[in-house]
Amino acid sequence: MNSIEVNNLTKIFGKFVSVDNISFNVKQGEIFGFLGSNGAGKSTTIRMLCGILEPTSGDALVSEYSVMKEPDKVKQNIGYMSQRFSLYNDLTVEENINFFGGVYGLEGKKFLERKDWVLNIANLKGKEKILTGSLPGGIKQRLALGTAVIHRPGIVFLDEPTSGVDPISRRGFWELINDLSDEGTTVFVTTHYLEEAEFCNNILLIDAGKLIAEGNSKELKTKYLSGSILEIECENVVVALDILQQQDFVDETSIFGNNIHININEKYKNEEMIKNILTGQNSIAVHKINKIVPTLEDVFIHLLEKNKKQ
Amino acid sequence: MNARTRAIAKKEIKQLLRDKRMMFVILFFPVFLLAIFGYAVNFDVKHIQLAVYDMDKSDKSREFINSLSSSEYFDISKIIERDDEIKTALDEKDAQCVLVVPKDFSKNLYGKREEAKVQFLIDGVDGNTATIIKNYVGAATQSFNSNFQKEILAKNGAKLYVPVSLEPIFMFNQELKSAKFLIPGLIAMILIITSVVSVSLSLVREKERGTIEQINVSSLNTFELLIGKALPYIIIALIDAVFILVAGYFLFDVVTSGSYLLLFISTLIFIIASTSLGILVSVIADSQQVAFTIATFASLLPSLILSGFIFPIEGMPFLIQLLTNITPAKFYIVCLRAVMLRGVGLEAFWQQLVYLTMFIIFFLGLATIIRRKKSA
Repeated sequence: MNSIEVNNLTKIFGKFVSVDNISFNVKQGEIFGFLGSNGAGKSTTIRMLCGILEPTSGDALVSEYSVMKEPDKVKQNIGYMSQRFSLYNDLTVEENINFFGGVYGLEGKKFLERKDWVLNIANLKGKEKILTGSLPGGIKQRLALGTAVIHRPGIVFLDEPTSGVDPISRRGFWELINDLSDEGTTVFVTTHYLEEAEFCNNILLIDAGKLIAEGNSKELKTKYLSGSILEIECENVVVALDILQQQDFVDETSIFGNNIHININEKYKNEEMIKNILTGQNSIAVHKINKIVPTLEDVFIHLLEKNKKQ
Repeated sequence: MNARTRAIAKKEIKQLLRDKRMMFVILFFPVFLLAIFGYAVNFDVKHIQLAVYDMDKSDKSREFINSLSSSEYFDISKIIERDDEIKTALDEKDAQCVLVVPKDFSKNLYGKREEAKVQFLIDGVDGNTATIIKNYVGAATQSFNSNFQKEILAKNGAKLYVPVSLEPIFMFNQELKSAKFLIPGLIAMILIITSVVSVSLSLVREKERGTIEQINVSSLNTFELLIGKALPYIIIALIDAVFILVAGYFLFDVVTSGSYLLLFISTLIFIIASTSLGILVSVIADSQQVAFTIATFASLLPSLILSGFIFPIEGMPFLIQLLTNITPAKFYIVCLRAVMLRGVGLEAFWQQLVYLTMFIIFFLGLATIIRRKKSA
C-alpha cells in the first residue's frame, strides 16, 4: 500500500523551477530517504507534501488526501520536524509536550499515555521541568521527534533532522526512526549524511528539481554505476588526482580522505596502467590499489557529475 | 474556545510569564507613561513669574499689583528698580511678564483727565501661554476697575449698575484640570502601543525562530492560531486599562462618571482593533526589530498627534483632519471622554464603535491579503 503518491508535482517560484515534474511512491511503513544537494528542491517538495505550500501543477496523495484539494486533511495525518528546532526553548519539556498535545487536540488519558511515551523516547523522565533551551542537541532532537508524532500520524516528515548533532546521538536517533517504521509509521527523511541514507529502505536522489535516481542502496550501487571503483593510496594525492583525471580509462575521480577513488571503464586492463602513469611517468609512489564496493557517496558523485555534463 | 486555541493561549501565557523584560514593559510602562504625561504635560497656566516695576509706589499702585499677585495665577519673582532691568528680567527668564506702573499712576487714577496707563510686557515665545497670561491680566484689571468705580460711586452715594453679568459654569470638568482631559487619550495611547507591540512581537518571534513552521503543519487553522495568540494580550491590555484607571483615580482624581459596562465594551473593541493592527504588522515584518519599529511608529505617532489626545482635531487643516481617521485611537478617545467625563449613554457615541469595528475588519482583511501574496 502506498502512503504517499506523487504525480507530476511541480513548483515554480517566479521564473525559477524549484521542483520539476517529479513522480514517485512511498510505501506504508518504509523509511524513505530523500537526498540532494542544497537548493535541489528537497524542502520545497516536503513543504508541498505537508500541505503548507501549494504546488504550481501536479498533485500528491498523502495518506490518500490530495495536497491540492484537502491540505487540511493532509495536515491532520502527518507529523513534521524541520531542520531548525521546532521546540520552544523558553518552555519546559513538559510545557512543550502539553502544547503540541493540545495543538493536535489530544486530551485525557490518551494524552497522558502519549506524554509518557514522548518522555520515554527522549530519556527525559523526571526532567519534565527543565527548560528545553538548556537540553543538549541530541536530546532536543529526540524530544522534537516525539512531539512531532505525539498524535500518532501515519506519516512523519523529517527535514534534515540530524544536522548539527553528534555522531552517537545520530545513531540513537536512527534507532528511533527504525522503531517508528517498525510500528508501521512511514518515515520520509531528508539528509546530507550519505551514510545515514544506507539505513533507508528506499532512496530518491533529486538534483536541480529533477529526480535522477531511485531505488534501495544496493540497487543504486549496481544499477547506476556500471564500471568498478578503485581505491588508490599514493603520495601527492592532489597531483595524482589531476593526472588520473586525464586518462581515458578513468571516468570520474574523487578524493576520499587520503585516498583517491577512480571510476574505471572498459578501457582499463590492470593495475600496471596506473602504476605506469603515476610512478613511471610522474614518479609518484603508489602504495596500494584496491577494488572496492562503491559507497552511496560514489554513486551520488557519479550521478551528479553525469547530470551536470548533460 | 476549543482545546487547540486553549493550547496556544496557555503556551503564550507561559512564555510571557517567563519573559521578565516583556512583563516589565507591559505592566510598568503604562503607569510610567501615565505619571509622565499626567504630571509633565500640563496645560494649566498657574504661578506665572511676574516682575514688578512700581515707579509710583503709592497706595493704589500697590493695590493694583496686589490684585494680580494675590491670585494663584501670578507670583512676583522680581522687583525691578531701574529701567534697564526690565529687559534683562525677560531676557534672562527671571520673569515671564513684567508689570510697569508709571509714576503718575495714582494721580491719573483720580485726576479723571487722562487714563491711568500701566504697561504689561509678556514673553511671547510660547504663544499659548502668552495669550493666557494676557487674558488673566485683562480680567484682573477689569475687576480692579469695577471695584474702583464702585468705590468712587459709593462715595457719591450712587450704585454701580451692571447691565449683563456673565456667569460661566464649566460642565464635566469643573476645575478645568488638563489631567482629566488627558487621561482618556492616555489610556488610548497606552493600550494601542502595548497591544500592537506585544502582539506583533509575539507573532514575529515565531517566524524568526522557525517555530511557526511547526504550527503551520499542524492542523491548527489561522483563526484558531490568531485567537489563541491574541487572547492573552487582550486580557493583559484590559488589566492595563484597569491599572491606568486606578492610578488615574489616585493620582489625578479622575473618576468615571458613566457606566463601567460601556467603558468595558468600548475598551474591548478598541483593544481588538489594536490587536488586529498588531497582526497586520506581524504579517509585514519578518524580524522582531522591524516589527518593533513599525509597531511603535504605527501606534505611537498617530495616537499621540492625530487622535485628538493633545491637539484638538477641530483646529487642524482639512487634509490633516482627514488623515486623523487612520488611527482607531481617535474614535476610542471620543468614547472614553463621553463615558468617563460626560457620563453619557451609548446613544452619544455608538457610531464610534461602528468605526472601530470597521478598523478590525480592515486590518485583518489586509493582513489576510498580504499573507496570501507573500506565501504564493
